[in-house]
Amino acid sequence: MAKTTHEIVNSEKFKKLVTKRWTVSFFLTFLLFLFYYGYIGMIGYARDVLKIKIGEATNIGIILGVGVIIGSWFLTVIYVFWANSSYDRTVSELKKELK
Amino acid sequence: MAILFFIIFICFTLGITYWAAKKTKTTSEFYAAGRSVTGFQNGLALAGDYMSAASFLGIAGMVALNGYDGMIYATGWLVGWPALMFLIAEPLRNLGKFTFADVVAFRLKQKPIRLAAAIGSILTVLAYTIAQMVGSGNLIKLMFNIPYETAEIIVGVVMLIYVLFGGMLATTWVQIIKAVLLLSGVTIMAIIAISKFGFNPGNLYAEVQKIYGTKMLEPGGLVTNPLDAFSLGLALMLGLLGLPHILMRFYTVPDAKEARKSVIYATSFIGYFYIIIPIVGFSAAVLLSKNGMTGQEIIKSIDKGGNMAALQLARELAGEPFMGFIAAVAFATILAVVAGLTLAAASTMAHDIYVNVIKHGHADETEQVKVARTATIIFGLIAIALGILFKGQNVAFMVGLAFAIAASGNFPALFLSILWKKFSTAGAVASIIVGAITATTLIILSPTVWVDVFHAKEKAGVLKEVSDLEAKVKPQIELLKNQINSVSQENKLSLEVQLKGIENSYNQQKQEIMAKMPKAIFPLKNPAVFSMAFAFIAGWLFSILVPDKEAQKRFEDEKLRTYLGIGAE
Repeated sequence: MAKTTHEIVNSEKFKKLVTKRWTVSFFLTFLLFLFYYGYIGMIGYARDVLKIKIGEATNIGIILGVGVIIGSWFLTVIYVFWANSSYDRTVSELKKELK
Repeated sequence: MAILFFIIFICFTLGITYWAAKKTKTTSEFYAAGRSVTGFQNGLALAGDYMSAASFLGIAGMVALNGYDGMIYATGWLVGWPALMFLIAEPLRNLGKFTFADVVAFRLKQKPIRLAAAIGSILTVLAYTIAQMVGSGNLIKLMFNIPYETAEIIVGVVMLIYVLFGGMLATTWVQIIKAVLLLSGVTIMAIIAISKFGFNPGNLYAEVQKIYGTKMLEPGGLVTNPLDAFSLGLALMLGLLGLPHILMRFYTVPDAKEARKSVIYATSFIGYFYIIIPIVGFSAAVLLSKNGMTGQEIIKSIDKGGNMAALQLARELAGEPFMGFIAAVAFATILAVVAGLTLAAASTMAHDIYVNVIKHGHADETEQVKVARTATIIFGLIAIALGILFKGQNVAFMVGLAFAIAASGNFPALFLSILWKKFSTAGAVASIIVGAITATTLIILSPTVWVDVFHAKEKAGVLKEVSDLEAKVKPQIELLKNQINSVSQENKLSLEVQLKGIENSYNQQKQEIMAKMPKAIFPLKNPAVFSMAFAFIAGWLFSILVPDKEAQKRFEDEKLRTYLGIGAE
């Protein structure tokens, strides 16, 4: 049962795929903004928190700085896991329908 | 020693270029390495493109001299990568061929889009190239004691050989080798350094604190204006999504899945790099201390900006040969980044302008490759000329400018063309032009150029007056304070009044001098928050005013290709 471009693009399945893709993307982008600007915001408005020591000299600021990098990286990993499993599966199903 | 390592690197990469040259005959091979690069290789190459000598030597020096502020700066450079993954990477790979203009022009009118996108691309690449060339000339002069002009010519000629003969394949392998060398060099350095602190970063910070006080480990003057910080963050994050030499790399992999892999590898390498660079910086500040001089003083005695901190640390840790190795890695870094930029500029000039505008898309393979090589030579010569022309100029703003134009000129059009059905040719052209022009103009009017470049003398004069005043008044204040502590109670009062008087007049005089400080016309150091908003508004407004019915019809084809990759090259 081969479908045309028009039928595929307007199918429920395709529409759902697109919506889901951007929901995931924008949600992760939102978290990324939250991590980074949360950190920058703390530097601007909550300096004293960053100065709190948790070791001999290590302070919360150092942990958060490294944390932003690791956290952003982790968001990327989440995206890859989602795309490799869920997204790719739907894509290959839709591709079969087209042929 | 550095020269020896450098010669080995050059010989090896030229060998690769020779091998790549035999495989580089068609345009797809020249621009996109025949789409034969794996996700892992491309991830390394992307990291190679992004980790410039400025981020290696510059951030290490910044951390060594300014401590925690250098770390804040480092985090900003990573956050673009996840955004690149979420918003652009896969659609870009599916829709394009060689340049990002392919994506914007997919369903819009070729000529106007190609021209506008070429302006955005060339401006971005030029600004980035000037920063790299000037930075490299200065670094090479410091590292190898070669005259500035000679350094520019060496960099220009060697990278031209890579790009001209080996195209994207050679450039990719140069990036990969450089990324591996840089990552391993920095790793070795960080491991030896941290071993001196019992493999515990906590001990390193404790030593930093002992020498420089807690201030080194706390935020200083970097985020003082919240709107400016927000704007800089936007430029760093979304500017990456508009850098032509980065976007171009996505066409070297066979499909969207490999593009996805490229980003996760690149993000991992770059994240790792920015996490360990501060360790190198802090270690330099501690371990270089000698004969009663602090590490910072010793670093500043070689280069005021701290650019040599990493090299000085390398010598301290493992002697001349290791320093030679690190210097050669820094040189390789410069070469590779400039090569990537040149290829991006050549693809825009040849593929977007010559083939698609001048020749209306009709040019055979031989002609296209010939034009691509000609464009490479032209841009290579321009790069050398600009490098020499901007000698001794303050070009610190150029990277910021590149990111601002990329975020405002290139990114909004790219993003809207993927997402918005009603995006029209007029909208795209308006968005690119408005974004690029406002970003450039506002940067010229901003403190970074208006004050630091155009009114540098006045600024230096004011700062000197302040420091002269300080030098005159500070000893008086110190003297009085000491007296206050030593005299009896009744005399204290009059001295305290005297102290207050001196302090007040000092503050007043300082304010009067500071009032003479030249003021920028536009207050923010980075304009992205405004210029990007303007670009989006222009894109929306002109798409509504001048709709493109044909383009809307073709959106279905575009969607099929964007999400399923059907028809992707």
